[in-house]
Amino acid sequence: MELDPRGQRFAATITSVVIALVLITGSGWLALAQAVVFAITAYRPKWGPYALVYRGLFTPSGEREPAAPVRFAQLVGFVFLSTSAGGYLTGAETLGLGAAAFGLLAAFLNAAFGLCLGCEAYLGIRRLTGRNAESVRSV
Amino acid sequence: MVGVVLVAGSAVGLWRRRTDGRLRVAQSTVPPGVTAEQTDGVSEPAEIDKLDPALLERLGVEPGRVTLLQFSTAFCAPCRAVRRVSGEVAALLPEIRHVEVDAESHLDEVRALDIWRTPTLLILDADGRVTRRATGVPTKPHLIAALAALLPA
Repeated sequence: MELDPRGQRFAATITSVVIALVLITGSGWLALAQAVVFAITAYRPKWGPYALVYRGLFTPSGEREPAAPVRFAQLVGFVFLSTSAGGYLTGAETLGLGAAAFGLLAAFLNAAFGLCLGCEAYLGIRRLTGRNAESVRSV
Repeated sequence: MVGVVLVAGSAVGLWRRRTDGRLRVAQSTVPPGVTAEQTDGVSEPAEIDKLDPALLERLGVEPGRVTLLQFSTAFCAPCRAVRRVSGEVAALLPEIRHVEVDAESHLDEVRALDIWRTPTLLILDADGRVTRRATGVPTKPHLIAALAALLPA
């Protein structure tokens, strides 16, 4: 599966605005809504609500990029925003704020610079936790 | 809070824009001119660390050839750009071999080579020394310039 990179940047921009609003208003429900958007987009990038908006407003650029990095990033976003929603909704404001701040940092870097923080952290995490995939298979 | 995150994000983004794709000279490397041509073998300069041939073999690197060794993962969008640039350079310079490795299935080697991010591109000389290292996407001219120093004139 391949996706339009301009659509991804557009979605990251909306995501940044939404998470900024979460931080400003401290709304756990808004954080939860963004977490749901992340979950849908991770599952089916073409059904992503922001992708639908993009296709409604613009002509797709015709460029294509692989979907796997995008889906992984959406999954990371989901983890942060559902943590944030949980924090805000249970009264753990600091947790809600901190998790949303990381989510905003990642979304903003993606929107403004095209960097994917979650994708880059992936190898680091695998390095720390994983064994050689080959040796795992052969066991 | 929003302002703090955006300022921090801009700082990170600008720093990465400056450093990404830069082909850094590896720490303990050969002075230019004394590289691959010394095939007589006797006087190996002591300060250079050659990589373990067994490690290189596990990564699919052929001995005796200048190699662009690329580390990628499935979740890495810029890896595609590095593959394209390296492929074009390898097509242009037939002495060069481009090898792309799935970092995830070679975690031991990834640790040994101190690789943390993808894409990371290593330039290996014919004796298996890392002469340059880049994270991010290097430009084609920079890559060719870095390789030119390793090839016989």
